[in-house]
Amino acid sequence: MSRLLPVFGAAWLLSMTIGCAATPANSPLRGTGDLGIVIERASGSVQVVDTTRRTRLASIAGLGDLSHASAVYSRDGRYAYVFGRDGGLSKVDLLAGRIAHRIVQGGNSIGGAISQDGRLVVAQNYEPGGIKAFDADTLELLADIPSTYGTEGKRSKVVGLADLPGNRFAYALFDAGEIWVVDLADPRKPGITRFKDIGLQPYDGLVTPDGRYYLAGLFGEDGVAMIDLWRPELGTRRILDGYGRGEEKLPVYKMPHLRGWAVAGRNAYLPAIGRHEVLVVDTDTWQEVRRIAVKGQPVFVMARPDGRQVWVNFAFPDNSWVQVIDTLSGSISTSLEPGKAVLHLEFTPRGENVWISSRDDHRVAIYDTASFALLGQLPADSPSGIFFAARAARIGF
Amino acid sequence: MESPLLARATVLLAVLAGSPVHAREPVEPRRSEIVRMVRHDCGSCHGLTLQGGLGPALTPAALAGRPLDSLVSTILLGRPGTAMPGWARFLDESEARWVVTRLAEGFPREVAQGERAR
Repeated sequence: MSRLLPVFGAAWLLSMTIGCAATPANSPLRGTGDLGIVIERASGSVQVVDTTRRTRLASIAGLGDLSHASAVYSRDGRYAYVFGRDGGLSKVDLLAGRIAHRIVQGGNSIGGAISQDGRLVVAQNYEPGGIKAFDADTLELLADIPSTYGTEGKRSKVVGLADLPGNRFAYALFDAGEIWVVDLADPRKPGITRFKDIGLQPYDGLVTPDGRYYLAGLFGEDGVAMIDLWRPELGTRRILDGYGRGEEKLPVYKMPHLRGWAVAGRNAYLPAIGRHEVLVVDTDTWQEVRRIAVKGQPVFVMARPDGRQVWVNFAFPDNSWVQVIDTLSGSISTSLEPGKAVLHLEFTPRGENVWISSRDDHRVAIYDTASFALLGQLPADSPSGIFFAARAARIGF
Repeated sequence: MESPLLARATVLLAVLAGSPVHAREPVEPRRSEIVRMVRHDCGSCHGLTLQGGLGPALTPAALAGRPLDSLVSTILLGRPGTAMPGWARFLDESEARWVVTRLAEGFPREVAQGERAR
């Protein structure tokens, strides 16, 4: 017995060490399919959350300025790449509950994307304007593509970066009114295709879930620029042209955000700019189907994964509201007030729940999407973006 | 309902009338509300740290040499042709003037949640 004790002791110590290092929840093995992160914008931290047990697993500080932050996931769903406002790119290990790697890659950043094969992480920057591609393992810089336009060597702010099939990426140049499609099959030799004169002030973009169409929403005029990526030789096409019908725009106190979540069934649901409406466009014909009056300037217009509902939040000062559109009837099913300053929402992978961040009430509210019942709330410090690991498997996320 | 044009003219008059640079400090809790609004709602374009984003930086260095009156009217009326809307619905002229004055000096930090009684 006395000879066995040291062995047991060593084994116990070893298991404790591994247990502590491996997961914040002290469970030795688990997947990440039901995990995610919540950005705490004012404190530069993220929470790792479990969407099955609706709990916080870890809180991770030291991610810099997260006042505008977004995240993409490694293809194994273990790591979140968090892009901060200050150009920080942090690789967060959800299982270990810590930052695995972190660099500061730009001066003023807005977000990023990950390649189809998961090997490249790409950041889109306001300052200096352009994109940069990094090795997803080491965060080594592989490509630096300035968004230079015009004749004076100016660089545009980059918005709307989306991953495309074939390790390509599409993005829009806010100041230049251009869309660029970059082929990073060999990141050391990027192939750039420029689409010029796509419209004034593209503010964000999205790729449809099938990877075929890239859409850039325009702020400076009423309409959306669209490229059929299967037939790029056709150039850009304007859809929803002149949707404002010449009426004076209402003030926009926060820019809307676009991503592949806009598509529900065969229709895309897009925020109007300066109108309190959601515009519905048929993705076969690209004709407007209908427009739906809502409470305010839409910011996120997000389809539940099955496309049966579309949830909408709003810019200041209507940002305590969330409205749910019934996609069959095109009417509002319900209006909720989840808290003050709702900044973001995220569906669980199959859409039975939605998590909604309330910046000024410092909490995340979790709703059942069928009954609209409030299932629970988690405290968080000025929460903004919520990003679940299931994004790892989706084109355009 | 006031027409937007009339509202604009009224605000513009108020701006012009208030030109002696005098920014009365708003009293609590309004002061904290304004600080939070600037940091978070203005910050959605200008950045929480006001270093700029889609909108330009609002740091003392970036604002150096800019006439305060024109900044006040930008806040209240917006800048046509850009993404900057007018905020006259949410800030009165003296509040906008206080915001501009404080921006030029270095805007107050928000009291972080951890420092508040929970």
